[in-house]
Amino acid sequence: MPQVVIRTEGLSKTYRTGFWKTKPVLALDNLNLEVFENEIFGCLGPNGAGKSTTLKLLMSLIYPTAGRAEILGESVFNLEARRHIGYLPESPYFYEYLTAEEFLSYYGSLFGFSKSELKSRVDHYLKLTDVFHARKLQLRKFSKGMLQRVGIAQAIIGDPKVVFLDEPMSGLDPIGRREVRNLILQLKREGRTIFFSTHILNDVETLCDRIAILNRGTVIGSGTLNELFDQEVSRVEVVISGITVDRLRDLLGPETSVSQTGCTSRLELQAQSLLAGIVAEIEQASGKIVSINPMRQTMEDYFLKLVGKPERRATPRPKD
Amino acid sequence: MKVLHIARNTFRECVRDKVLYNLVIFAVLIIVSSLILGAITIGDVKQIIINLGLSTISLFGTLIAIFIGIQLVHKEIDKKTVYSLLSKPVARHEFILGKYLGLSMTLAVNVCVMILGVYAAVLYLRHSFQVSDVQILLAGVLILIELMLVIAIALLFSTFSTPALSALFAFCLYVIGHFNTDIREYGLSSDSWITEVVASAMYYLLPNFGNFNIISRTAHGQFISSHIYFLAAVYGLIYSLGLLLIAMWVFQKRDFK
Repeated sequence: MPQVVIRTEGLSKTYRTGFWKTKPVLALDNLNLEVFENEIFGCLGPNGAGKSTTLKLLMSLIYPTAGRAEILGESVFNLEARRHIGYLPESPYFYEYLTAEEFLSYYGSLFGFSKSELKSRVDHYLKLTDVFHARKLQLRKFSKGMLQRVGIAQAIIGDPKVVFLDEPMSGLDPIGRREVRNLILQLKREGRTIFFSTHILNDVETLCDRIAILNRGTVIGSGTLNELFDQEVSRVEVVISGITVDRLRDLLGPETSVSQTGCTSRLELQAQSLLAGIVAEIEQASGKIVSINPMRQTMEDYFLKLVGKPERRATPRPKD
Repeated sequence: MKVLHIARNTFRECVRDKVLYNLVIFAVLIIVSSLILGAITIGDVKQIIINLGLSTISLFGTLIAIFIGIQLVHKEIDKKTVYSLLSKPVARHEFILGKYLGLSMTLAVNVCVMILGVYAAVLYLRHSFQVSDVQILLAGVLILIELMLVIAIALLFSTFSTPALSALFAFCLYVIGHFNTDIREYGLSSDSWITEVVASAMYYLLPNFGNFNIISRTAHGQFISSHIYFLAAVYGLIYSLGLLLIAMWVFQKRDFK
């Protein structure tokens, strides 16, 4: 049984808003999570779902209204436990008047390393995150992708066992996203546990061992990707040529999901059991089956099904 | 040690934000004043230059203490740098103390350089020093302690308020603090007991910046007893410590939304 690295029990946060702080806004409700050693755990959800609130609670930047959170068996308020934690905030802004080298030296010095150890750590993490060449450059001159990489470097300067990343791919171009993705995988290879929040579904599919989906401050789904998707019915896509869309609708009924792409038609079946009958009908009508593709439910399908339409999920949040 | 690292970074921030550029203005002011006064004044030029120098040190220092002090914490929260910093093994009170010491260090450098400037101007005008000139240095130390009190006030407000409001509150407190004794005397001479109680409460609770006001006596070369320096210094440091403890408590309790 793998060791539990992060555990939350009934973790809740209600903000008080308004001039007299009387209007309660529920940001997180009864969060129960377990994250295991050396896994990449994704916290997924739309904007305002409570992902950043969860991370801030785990970083003890805000106080819970109820419940508790532990990292490596210690309360999140334990100062010494923070030696084993790294954190990259969302859209990080670092001290722009510092060079990358000075910045990492400053943060590293807070761990109490000796001068020589600090220097070797700074060089190592600058190289690991591929910003060593720009170490003498002030951070104000860094691109968004470079800043994000320096952000990851500051998160791991203390050689943490657990790394928390809040929207690490947000605002990055495809190259920047790939670089950060590779860095996250590298951290996992080094034996670290990674907890990251995102609303980019592709990142979750390519990186995460397990996920939790948050909406309106509540977990509405959690587990491995296979566990979550296997519960759903698979669909089948049939690509046909030699028969028009109108003819297909005549054959199979007007409500059939059919679309035309170039000289082929694309038919989507909601269940595999329908396949044999439909193939026979198409062949009888002189149509030609080009391909039959079983369709696994995508992350996006699953996510949208759980979270619902945008107008339904909008929850007023306290202003940051 | 962590406190010192945070203080060092705050000092570096002030230097790179060109806060110490005010030294150039001060240097120009002192040099020009010395040249002009040396040429046109018949009476005691030294008295004028000391008065001008110490008053400028106090004024520039107060402006820096208020306008940088109110941003010390607010800027870190606004730019979210505090998020990554406090996720390190750093206690919130260490952060507050580090920020306070960092700006205090900046102002200490500022005051030291300016005091040297005043001594240089005195030497230029009189070609020698007198024993009583040591009081310029003591006045400089007292001004620095006064500025440390102003930083503590600005820092306290910056832990829970916006920079604009913090500046307003800090400036009001600074002005009231200079008229503290007058407020008390007004209360004592009033017929209303409520006025007397309120004025007395203000006198004892609000900072009394009158304690640090020795510029004029220093300029006139009057003897100032060591216990006046000592009591004013102890008062300033204890008051600053009290404000810092409140700032730490407020900062410890707050959520970073």
